[in-house]
Formats: sequence, C-alpha cells, structure tokens
Amino acid sequence: MTIQQPNSFRTGPDEHGRFGNFGGRFVAETLMPLILDLEKAYTDARRDPAFQREMDGHLKTFVGRPSPLYFAERMTAHLGGAKIYFKREELNHTGAHKVNNVLGQIMLARRMGKKRIIAETGAGMHGVATATLCARFGLDCIVYMGAVDVARQEPNVFRMKMLGAEVRPVQSGTRTLKDAMNEALRDWVTNVADTFYCIGTVAGPHPYPMMVRDFQSIIGQETRVQMQEAEGRLPDSLVACIGGGSNAMGLFHPFLDDRQVEIYGVEAAGHGLTGLHAASIAGGRPGVLHGNRTYLLMNEDGQIQDAHSISAGLDYPGIGPEHAWLHDVGRVNFLSATDDEAVAALQLCSRLEGIIPALESAHALAQVEKIAPQKPKDHLMVVNISGRGDKDLASVAQYLAERA
Amino acid sequence: MTRIDTTFASLKSQGRAGLVTFVMAGDPDHETSAAIIAALPGAGADVIELGMPFTDPMADGPAIQAAGLRALKAGATLRQTLELVRGFRNTNGTTPIVLMGYYNPIYVYGVEKFLVDAKDAGVDGLIVVDLPPEEDAELCLPALKAGLNFIRLATPTTDDKRLPAVLANTSGFVYYVSITGITGSAAPDTNKVAAAVARIKRHTQLPVAVGFGVRRAEQARDFGAAADAVVVGSALVDTVRAHLTADGAPGPETVPAVAALVTDLAAGVKAARSK
Repeated sequence: MTIQQPNSFRTGPDEHGRFGNFGGRFVAETLMPLILDLEKAYTDARRDPAFQREMDGHLKTFVGRPSPLYFAERMTAHLGGAKIYFKREELNHTGAHKVNNVLGQIMLARRMGKKRIIAETGAGMHGVATATLCARFGLDCIVYMGAVDVARQEPNVFRMKMLGAEVRPVQSGTRTLKDAMNEALRDWVTNVADTFYCIGTVAGPHPYPMMVRDFQSIIGQETRVQMQEAEGRLPDSLVACIGGGSNAMGLFHPFLDDRQVEIYGVEAAGHGLTGLHAASIAGGRPGVLHGNRTYLLMNEDGQIQDAHSISAGLDYPGIGPEHAWLHDVGRVNFLSATDDEAVAALQLCSRLEGIIPALESAHALAQVEKIAPQKPKDHLMVVNISGRGDKDLASVAQYLAERA
Repeated sequence: MTRIDTTFASLKSQGRAGLVTFVMAGDPDHETSAAIIAALPGAGADVIELGMPFTDPMADGPAIQAAGLRALKAGATLRQTLELVRGFRNTNGTTPIVLMGYYNPIYVYGVEKFLVDAKDAGVDGLIVVDLPPEEDAELCLPALKAGLNFIRLATPTTDDKRLPAVLANTSGFVYYVSITGITGSAAPDTNKVAAAVARIKRHTQLPVAVGFGVRRAEQARDFGAAADAVVVGSALVDTVRAHLTADGAPGPETVPAVAALVTDLAAGVKAARSK
C-alpha cells in the first residue's frame, strides 16, 4: 500500500475529527450533544485573544513556564554521540507536562459554566494536575483511578486528596487506566448538565485529541525558540515517550513540517514485545475504543487486552489517533523500551544529571541511550523529560528489590 | 418488511405494547444462553435483544458489564453470537432478534462480512451504542443497504434540533433511553417518559421502545402505557447471575428463573392498555 504524503502534517483533524482514517466521534448518543457543545466552545475560545492572554498569565505565574531547555552535558559525554538537551517539563508545577493541558481545559470549563470536573488518571499525574487547578479555581473534582494504580501510585492519591479532590478507585475490568476512562465516561453520561470531562491525553472523541494537542504544543513551541537561542538552529531529532501520547504530541507537533527533524516516539514494551506490554503501534491493530479509532491491543475477536508497563502512565492499550496517523504516513518513528531498560535509564539519568525522571520519561531516555551514540557530535537531540520520578520511587525500589 | 416491522404492526393491531428482552449472548455459557434465548418468546418476549459481549462497555452499568465478562470468560465471540442466532432460527422464524453492543468487535470482524453473516444467521436489526449519526458511514448505511434495521438510541439530551439527525437513518424502531445514565440505573417517573415519547412521535412514524431502568412488572405496565414497547435488560441478566452456583456454573433454575421474570414482565406490559 502506498500512502500519499500530505503537503503539511499539521492540518488535521478534518471536520469529522479524523486524522486520515483515525480519530472520529465514537460515543453514545447521550454524549454527542455535549461533545458538539465542547467543540464549539473550544473553537470560540481559540479565536478569543482574551482567553489566550489569561492562559499565558497562568502558565507563567502558576505553572512556571517556560520550562528550561537544559544541556545534559554528562549524559552527552557518557553516550559519546549527539548533543543531548532535556526539555524540563518535570519542573512545571505538579511535576509533569500534564498541567499544560489541564489549565486549558479548566479555563474552558469555567467559560462554559461547568462546576463539576471529572478526570481519569493512570500514574496520577493528570489527576494531581486536575485536582490542583480545581483547587485553584474552586471547582468540584472527582478523579477515577484504577484500583491497581491506586495501590502503586499511593503518594499521588494522597496528593489529590490533600488538594480536595475525591479519588474513586475503579474495580471494573482490569482496574487500570482504560477502566478509569470507562468509568469517567459512565459518570459523564450520567451527569450531563453540570460536568466537564477533563481528558488527560491526546485521545478520546473529537475534539479532545486536537484540543489536548493544542494545549500541549507549548512544549514544542518553546523548544523551537530555546534551541534557536542556544544553538542558533532547530534540533536534528526529538525523542519522547508515548502512552496516550500527549507529551510527545506537544513536543512533536510544532516540528512536523520541518522534515529534516527526525522524530522518535517510544512506547512501553513492558516485559518485551512478545510478552505483556503496552506498545499499541508495535503490537496492536486499528480498532475503536473510547471514542476514537486508533491502534489498540486486542485479540482476534476485537476484545481489548490488558496492557502492561512498570510505568502506570504508559499502561494503556491504545494511543492517540494523530500518532496512529503519523505512524501510517511515516512521519514519526515508533520505537519501544522494556521495563528493564526504563529502570536502567532512570538510574543512569539520576546519577549523571542529578535529575530523577518519571518512569514514563525514562522510556524515552532508554532509546536516547541507543540512538545518541550513532549520531555525530553536532547532532542536536531533544528528549522530553515529561515528569519527575518522585511518584515512582516505591515502584522502582520494589523492582530493584525483586531483582537483587 | 423485516420481522421487526411485522412484529410492531401486529402489536399495533392487538392494541398492546410489546416487551423487548435483553440478554447477553453466551452468558453464562453458550448452551445455557441458547436455552435462555429459546425460552424467551414462549414466556412473552416480543423482540429479543442479544448483547454482543465486549470488554469495555462504556454505557453499561455493573449488571451488564458483569454479564459480558461472564460470557467472555466462557469463551464467547462474535462468531458464536451469530451461531446462537442461527440456532434460534431453526425453531423460531418470527421473533425479531436485534444485536446490541459496541462497534469494535464488528469493525474487527469486518463490516461487510459481518452484515452478510448476520443477515444469513437471521439477525433483523442492530443497535451499536458508540455509533452516533455522525458516524453513519461506518455501519448504519451499509446495514440498511444489507436489509437490516439500524435502531438508534434517542436520549434526554437529544433535543428537538438534533432529533431529525438521529431519526434520519433509523429504522425498525426508536429506542428511547429514559435517563441520562448507564444501563440499570433507577428509572425516571412515568410522566417524563410519556412526554419524551410524545416528543419523539412528533418527529417520526416509527414505534418507540423505552428502556434503561425497568426492572419490575408494574414499571413495565406504566411505561407500556406510554410507549410502543418496553425494554428490560439489567433485571434479566441479574436473574441469570442470581441463579448460578458459587463457581459461576448454571444450575437447573437458571433458565426457568429468567423465563419466570419474563412471564411476569409480559403480564405487566399486556396490562398497560387494558385499564
């Protein structure tokens, strides 16, 4: 099959919410009017300079943007190839990139007069960001979290509660992120009048993949400017981890039409691609779940399979539909890293750079370890450090103890 | 005329509301499920909705979620769901069967192949929860072309402005979801439902069935007074669950218990217009 390369990679989605054949609006009728309302409200907000101005103000003084672009000198020397820069999203308030998107959605919810915010969360970072902004703006916050994740991300559960959110452990299905998303959708179907569903990644029914991408694109926009300031030119390659793919999309999207920039997305290979993993592109097929068509992990009957990753934030059997399309048209290279490789990369980064990255971000670093040595010394590589690793210390300690 | 059209025409001439029964295909296992389905018409079901099991049923409450997982655990597949329909048609040529579920298993099966196989097995209509009118090109239009009814859900959020779009490619009947919520939630009051049914009927000649939250004969009677048919689902799959052994196996009471509830509900529906 030949896939025609578009003139621009940045024009999607179309009016049906499609990126090529991916995306769409596969939701129950009850939610359809809500999604159309949301699309209209977002379109209006995007055109309103006052909305952007207010958001820029909060991004600066509440989130702490811009996040630095940092030259990782010792890691560069250690790997002996490309010059490696970290985009320091872990320095944002709440410790990850998630807050960029949540701020945008909460401001939109306020604009729409919604007082009750629901969210799903895997690692808890999106839940914490949502709880934080609900506290900041005085909104009710309910976070759905798989019971398995509640157990393995206890510090974040406590943080959300501290911020005044109600955390509802989800006992259905596999009790992880996908089930939390099912339960949030069930809540939304039930509480249609006053509730805003704050989705944490570039997935779900249109307009979510577009909207979350737009709010996260500040990562790539800043990177362009910062790399110009540091090196006088654009980077040669970008690397980011991908679960649903919001940190990656935020970094990649502003560079999609700079075709000389190599782009690498790193999925979670868990125990390896022949075992339990969470790599939807490497090990999945196109299907329809949670409002969009995308690559999914499933059996031959179309039943969704359990994903596995040591990183709760990547433990999802799907991927954002725009990533699925970017894979099919060949613009983004999708790679993967195992649990073992991610933990090793987390340890290496901690010791070389004094930065403990999130296990999610460590998947990107694991591929940097492989790609960077093959590149010349003047090759500029940016890796998105999407979150900090404090939340993962118990998981990593347990992992290391089991292997000691 | 499909079996659905014929059935609703017959109900109209009898001057009574119909009973639509939902059970999950393959719950608790293939053989017991076949026996349950076979018993439904005799107990008073006018239309059978057969759930297609799915791992991630976003619009369903705990009862139907659990029924789907029981079926999947027992090895249910979409292919076997069609086999259940085929088996039913060996002895029953008149009771309509509507498959209800989510799009992914059909998409993965292949839409064209699914429509051929479903029609061939004796399926009359489809309800696919996560395919709103905006996605009609996916399955709705091909299904209509293949001679199957495509039954759409209308909900309290479907206002008069949107209703024509929802009804445009609907056939067979309209399924009015009586609440904003998931299956098995509490039912709303009858007056609200009657007003909603009247609103839909201003836009369409199609029969209107009402569901979500109907559990008992009295509710079936009350809703049957307002609508052309009443749908019962969660109460039936809960009855299946309540008559399994501790390790989830069916017992001698599993099929008769479901049939008994259907008999009870059918009496309620039949009493709706005889007051």
